[in-house]
Amino acid sequence: MARVLVGVKRVIDYAVKIRVKPDKTGVVTDGVKHSMNPFDEIAVEEAVRLKEKKIASEIIAVSCGPAQSQEVLRTALAMGVDKGIHVEISGPEYKTLQPLHVSKILAKIAQNEKVDLVIVGKQAIDDDCNQTAQMTAGFLDWSQATFASKIEKGDNDITVTREIDGGLEVIKSKLPAVVSADLRLNEPRYATLPNIMKAKKKPIQKLTPKDLGVDVSPRIKIVSVEEPPTKQPGQIVPDVDTLIAKLKDAGLC
Amino acid sequence: MFRVARIVIQQQVKCETIPIRSLKMSAVASAQAQVAEKPRAKGATQEDYSFVMNLFRGQIEARQVFPYPNVLNEEQRDTLQMLIDPCEKFFSEVNNPSKNDTIEKVDEPSLNGLWELGAFSLQVPQELGGLGLSNTQYARLVEIVGANDLGVGITLGAHQSIGFKGILLFGTPEQKAKYLPRVCNKEFAAFCLTEPSSGSDAGSIKTRAELSPDGKHFILNGSKIWISNGGMAEIMTVFAQTPVQDPKTGKTVDKVTAFIVERAFGGVTNGPPEKKMGIKCSNTAEVYYDNVKIPIENVLGGVGNGFKVAMNILNNGRFGMAAALSEKIAKMAMLHYVTESMAYMISGNMDSGSQHYHLEAAISKCFASEAAWYVCDEAIQIMGGMGFMKETGLERIMRDLRIFRIFEGTNDILRLFVALTGIQYAGAHLKELQNAFKHPTANLGLIFEEASKRVVRKVGLSSPPSMDQYVHNDLLQAASELAKSIDSFGESIEMVLIKYGKSIVNEQYILNRLANATFDIYSSAVALSRASAALRAGGESAQHERQMAEAWTLEATQRVAANLKIVSSGRNLDNFTKMSSIAKNVFKAEGVVQLNPLKL
Repeated sequence: MARVLVGVKRVIDYAVKIRVKPDKTGVVTDGVKHSMNPFDEIAVEEAVRLKEKKIASEIIAVSCGPAQSQEVLRTALAMGVDKGIHVEISGPEYKTLQPLHVSKILAKIAQNEKVDLVIVGKQAIDDDCNQTAQMTAGFLDWSQATFASKIEKGDNDITVTREIDGGLEVIKSKLPAVVSADLRLNEPRYATLPNIMKAKKKPIQKLTPKDLGVDVSPRIKIVSVEEPPTKQPGQIVPDVDTLIAKLKDAGLC
Repeated sequence: MFRVARIVIQQQVKCETIPIRSLKMSAVASAQAQVAEKPRAKGATQEDYSFVMNLFRGQIEARQVFPYPNVLNEEQRDTLQMLIDPCEKFFSEVNNPSKNDTIEKVDEPSLNGLWELGAFSLQVPQELGGLGLSNTQYARLVEIVGANDLGVGITLGAHQSIGFKGILLFGTPEQKAKYLPRVCNKEFAAFCLTEPSSGSDAGSIKTRAELSPDGKHFILNGSKIWISNGGMAEIMTVFAQTPVQDPKTGKTVDKVTAFIVERAFGGVTNGPPEKKMGIKCSNTAEVYYDNVKIPIENVLGGVGNGFKVAMNILNNGRFGMAAALSEKIAKMAMLHYVTESMAYMISGNMDSGSQHYHLEAAISKCFASEAAWYVCDEAIQIMGGMGFMKETGLERIMRDLRIFRIFEGTNDILRLFVALTGIQYAGAHLKELQNAFKHPTANLGLIFEEASKRVVRKVGLSSPPSMDQYVHNDLLQAASELAKSIDSFGESIEMVLIKYGKSIVNEQYILNRLANATFDIYSSAVALSRASAALRAGGESAQHERQMAEAWTLEATQRVAANLKIVSSGRNLDNFTKMSSIAKNVFKAEGVVQLNPLKL
């Protein structure tokens, strides 16, 4: 039976239209709906399924961020996670928090909690970094299986099907390991209302980066955050010849 | 025309039973009040803290209206926040209201999803498998349901708002432990009161339950109509006449008793689903009981107390309706604001333990159902021909909405209930005053207070009861308009009592006008209370809310003045008599009285 650690990040909800702050220091987050990063939801779901198949014995979810990060931990607990760990990071430190910091935190917790498997989303939909799984495996010196679309457990290893450019790749890796979840790994369940109520009684442990001996001082400086350039309106051409002529004019063919 | 007359006549008949009913109800209310809140004055009349009830005495009883209730603590707010998301997600991603309407039932995956979601057990205590939500939390979630699919709303409401509410309110610990876990787990509940002969009147049902010779069972026989979830329910709250011996006279009389009946007891069958105009996906059916053996431990709330049980369930359930309907009328901002404010004020009052919300709940049900109807009609009008087309979705909403003005007490009956209960309360206070005059020295204070009130009115020095202390400074003008309305309302009630005495029960046209005035006064007070709270908190929308509250109060107080003028003016009274006579003629002719102009 394996102990599983999942990472859950609180991000601006996928349905929200993102607005940049007038002073260009970041995006507007006040009064904006947040939810769990969708890829992390997939990671949580996979862990819960492992537990339902009696492969996992305990699931721990970690979230790094301000006090509101506990909301996504509650959601994870309502989906079936056993215990939450909230690593509180707020203010300017949170603004410059990078996968480098988060993976150090995850690695440390993975060691402290003696887990056998770490599952995280392949990337967060706010910064699209796609680095945390890889770096965590690096710090732990564990094997890694990224972009998983299927996970099967063997005796002392896992077989993971990965989505790669050319199709699917099947790899076998030893435990302990770090896995990152891709979109087609599973379809996450809804947290039901009774489970949300029950989740309120599950424990959330509060830690600081200092408790874990992780330095979260900024490694980057935010120079400017700007809207992508607005797209120029297109035009409808009468026939293919005109289209080709126009493309040639623009040097595109 | 014939139908209109029928309704008028039927109401006159019903009207006779209402005073008795309201008498009983206020007895229940005040009995509970003694437990919950210590009555201020001992004596003939019980104090009632209802704002509306006290309107009838021209008094402002502000404690349940000002300040606007905020009954959710930090933790309840957090919990609610977490529950809202999955509910909204479910309705936007899983449930399909137009499919449900077409197939005339809740689609299987959607229904299963609702059970899994926990939507059928919102107020069942957590230890018995439910969510244990407060009324305010419940109202917020029901608002989401109503906004998306009123038919599903009825399926849910028939189950928990009335179906097993009796077990929650009156059940013994054993009954709760036995049945509540089951109603959380895929067994439908239903509230079985209505019969062909009874309509909204619980007292006149014919279904009977008699004790078996061995005294261990009641044997139930009879049939019920228009039972929501009647075709699916496994656990039913059934009302039946039972013979009860009067301890004083020794005579046996029939009294209504509530029972928990399981379909599994045997002898329970049901008719096919009714074909309806709206809320088609909800199941409505006749239910028949043929020698059903009910164990005596399944009596709910005591033998002979069925009337009390039924009224409490209905009163308790009514508040949810305003919440369910409020979202439908978002386009008409003011009506929406007032309806929503009422819904959460009442749920807030209930959560803080008040027993004095029955009139307010009745008003909110009428108000919300009429506001929603008006707004949906307007929305269709604005859309023009498109609005009439099925694809736009408004026609379904309009059909679904129509029933809300009819069931859980038709709005017409509820208007009479509000007016008569209030008048009766005011009358009791008048009587107290008359008694006081018999011992003037002992009751000097009371007499002086009333006397000075009347002198001031007569002299025309308008010093109405002031509401200034309750509202935000920006709303003083509106509050003083409203205070004036309350004062003249109290005066009209007094006039009506003196002029008609007990026979007021026959003056339906007057009662209707008075009820409408009550609606306008209460809705204004609620709007002013919420806007005051918003102004004090100083949020972004505070000024917008202020404008809505002011505009609403102005319109409402003008309507109050018009209604009260009609009540007091002799010419209009004369017209009421004419209309009543027209209705009688039509009823006698069983149709239109005159021939057409061609006389052919």
